[in-house]
Amino acid sequence: MNALFISAFWGVVMMFSSFLIAQKSAVRNLAIIGLIIVLVANIFEMNGVIFFHVNTRDMIYFDRFALLFNSIAFGSTLIYFLLSAKDIEKTGDNYAEYFSLIFFILCGITLVSSFRSLLILFLGIEIISIPLYILTGADKRNLKSNEASLKYFLLGAFSTGLMLMGIALIYGARGTFMTVQMPALSVAETAKTGTTSILSIAGMILLLFSMSFKVSAAPFHFWTPDVYDGAPTVFTSFMATIVKAAVFIGFIRLFGDSFGSLKPQWQLLVAIITAATLFIGNITAVFQQSVKRMLAYSSISQAGFMMFAVYAMNIDAKEGLLLYTAAYSLATIGVFAVLIKLKDFSFEGFNGFSKKQPVVAAATTIFLLSLAGIPLTAGFLAKFYMLKAALATGQYTWLVIFAVLMAAVSVYYYFRVIQSMYFKDGGEANDAIIITPAFKSILVLLAILVILLGVFPGLLLNWYYF
Amino acid sequence: MVAVLLIVIPLLSGLFAFFVKNEKTVRSWALFASLVTLAVSALGLTMLNKPANLEFTCVWLGDLGSSFSIKLDGLGQLLCLLTAVAFPIVFIATWNSNYKNANRFFALMLLSQAGLMGVFLAMDALLFYFFWELALIPVYFLCSQWGGEKRIQVTFKFFIYTFVGSLLMLIGIIYLFQQTPDHSFSIQSFYDLKLDSSTQTWIFWLFFTAFAIKMPVFPFHTWQPDTYEQAPTAVTMILSGVMVKMGLLGLLRWLLPVLPLASYSWGDVVMSMAVIGIVYGSLLAMQQDDLKRLVAYSSIAHIGLMCAAVFAETRIGTQGVMIQMFNHGINIIGLWVIIELIERQFGTRKISELGGLAQKAPAMAMLFVIIAMANIALPLTNGFVGEFLMFNGIFSTTGTKYTLAFTILAGLGIILGAVYTLNMIRKVFYGNTNALTERAMDISVGERAILIAIVAAIFVIGVYPKPVLELTNSFVDALINKSDIFSSLKRP
Repeated sequence: MNALFISAFWGVVMMFSSFLIAQKSAVRNLAIIGLIIVLVANIFEMNGVIFFHVNTRDMIYFDRFALLFNSIAFGSTLIYFLLSAKDIEKTGDNYAEYFSLIFFILCGITLVSSFRSLLILFLGIEIISIPLYILTGADKRNLKSNEASLKYFLLGAFSTGLMLMGIALIYGARGTFMTVQMPALSVAETAKTGTTSILSIAGMILLLFSMSFKVSAAPFHFWTPDVYDGAPTVFTSFMATIVKAAVFIGFIRLFGDSFGSLKPQWQLLVAIITAATLFIGNITAVFQQSVKRMLAYSSISQAGFMMFAVYAMNIDAKEGLLLYTAAYSLATIGVFAVLIKLKDFSFEGFNGFSKKQPVVAAATTIFLLSLAGIPLTAGFLAKFYMLKAALATGQYTWLVIFAVLMAAVSVYYYFRVIQSMYFKDGGEANDAIIITPAFKSILVLLAILVILLGVFPGLLLNWYYF
Repeated sequence: MVAVLLIVIPLLSGLFAFFVKNEKTVRSWALFASLVTLAVSALGLTMLNKPANLEFTCVWLGDLGSSFSIKLDGLGQLLCLLTAVAFPIVFIATWNSNYKNANRFFALMLLSQAGLMGVFLAMDALLFYFFWELALIPVYFLCSQWGGEKRIQVTFKFFIYTFVGSLLMLIGIIYLFQQTPDHSFSIQSFYDLKLDSSTQTWIFWLFFTAFAIKMPVFPFHTWQPDTYEQAPTAVTMILSGVMVKMGLLGLLRWLLPVLPLASYSWGDVVMSMAVIGIVYGSLLAMQQDDLKRLVAYSSIAHIGLMCAAVFAETRIGTQGVMIQMFNHGINIIGLWVIIELIERQFGTRKISELGGLAQKAPAMAMLFVIIAMANIALPLTNGFVGEFLMFNGIFSTTGTKYTLAFTILAGLGIILGAVYTLNMIRKVFYGNTNALTERAMDISVGERAILIAIVAAIFVIGVYPKPVLELTNSFVDALINKSDIFSSLKRP
């Protein structure tokens, strides 16, 4: 609750700052301060200190899962601000508004991670999406950015429509928006009639599809590469990581809370979506020539792994998803932060990078190793948890083996970047890159964090219980 | 304590080496660190050989049921000693090779040593997997950065191959973990599992693929000749001398005792693959003109024989594998040392371009011939002891109906081995000198010392193998007990 109010408030503060504060650095610092306040307030709430008591009639419920994820999201955003805030300013003239929109998105994220009513889910998703449409088109004079924004808006609106229809059907079948009441109602219905009503199944599948769209799971992923590629790179970084992770948290919450008892009905469908996402994301990423587009497809393939959490839906899955969101967000933010600095987004753009910037290259290598799931990095343990959760269900072992083969494919495109950085010469275009000591030190800290989480996941996961 | 030091010394010295800028200093530093490791390993065999020193366990990833648990048993002692011996040899033998960014090269070498030690010591499946991958990453960077012309693609193929294998193994590990009653990754819990045979079968293949790729066993070997050829020779020595033992260790420690039923019922298939590998590797070795590729293919044959002997599941055969793992390690490193010398001197490894070296470099020729003879298992050399025991094991096994066929085919490998080895010696060292070898120089003092040490080890083990056999005695007994399915069926 703390974070919800403060982030919304700070969004308004940032809006005012756009005409009250002339200095760019002051605006930037104000945003960073705001984010630290939000993060601290959220940590206070985890320890039982709640600033605002509002009766939400149980429509919003901040349990540890939601609070811990919010902390991860705010923490990642903080690192994202520290690394890329200057690049946000370079996107256009209205830099304060960009920060403001990001704060509104964070406000939506707190709703999506903590809803207990389908209406709140809808509200949260919309609060996330609408600022994102704007941010995608932030580079106003760039045609690609405009195209991406329009495409995202049209398809996003369409999938929101699907979601609303699904919610309406479920309301028709169950007579309530409250997710936690649905399993009992569903069981009662089965006891009475012997079947599950077609209305609720149809609603559930519509929700499944629209959520899959939002997390860019195949075959609903077609918007992702174009939008991620067209959007200004700083914002791609944000929406490919924190936003996607948040929607996954909403996804697992929705299906865990409301459709747990219908698991046999959707499990095969989710398994197929998972397999398709892994396949399309990984195989297509192999053929990309631009690192930015490769990262877009990599975000699809990573979504495939996160789909395992929805598929397995057990305690390992929840823990694992938290770790996965942290590992994936941190590593991807790091790679993007480096990518933004480069002139050339193709793989060749990284040629000889290790000679020019050894420290940055080493940190990038750690992020890429983490994304590929090499042990001692957070990415490995994240994947490990997912595989463990999926194997614990005892079904569809083929899916796990398939996922592992796809993970091996992913090594191909992640390591191409490493190869360019270390084993190929050239890249004179990178001579002009200026990397500040502050950027370097934050990047190194981030790399250390990725390794620390890979060795001691308890640092993060213990928060879930204590 | 010894066990911890074996991992920690190379790890820390490796990390430190990244920051040493001077090439000479880092070279000496790496040699010094590897000698310290060797000393620790030797102390672990002798003065500090007490259970308290050889074991170490502490909590790590407690929620996951994994702990940092390492132990030096007989197999671990043997392979850690091999690793500890191999690195100083490699450093001295390549003392005169020049590397760009030498600090990174030596740092990565030491890190890979830490990874290898970890693999040989780990008594926890997840820890084993960690080290298994960690040994690979430095080698990937070493081969890609300092190798031959086609190094990047070749190393990448090698990396993807092994990575697929290890991920499959990871699924197997997680599955076994979930079957353990106490939800633990410890090796003892894995040993106590009693799975039905169909479950064992698919897990067996997940594990076996990982190990077979690493060894490599036919038909998983296709990465190997290219990688050995393209890698810098120092890394080739480590790859062929030490790293292939990771696969064999996997079989001996993690496969046979954990999945005895499947190992028994699929033993025929695996032995067939291994035997095909022996003949195939030997035939291809005969056709090679490149010294590195010749040794690479001959290594496939030798590893095939060891793999077959493992699956014979006899006491004597397994002992043979143990001693042969060590022998193969030092022998093949000896061969590489001389090949590296030849390449550095003449700039070529082509057999057809060399000849008559014995006239100009008699010491080199003599040492090479002895090591090559050990490689083809001439009596009095260490190779003979190992191969004799292994053949004995394969011939006397009750695990398969085709003992005779396997033994004959494997024996064919030895004959073919003699053919290509002697042929190569004849062409490279004897005959007339040509323009290239006219000005050949003999070997220098440092290299001579190493090669003489290797030759001495060859003869000592060849004449008196008892200490080595005794070292692994209890491990082999325990292994045979655990993987004996007829007694395990009777187990309650």
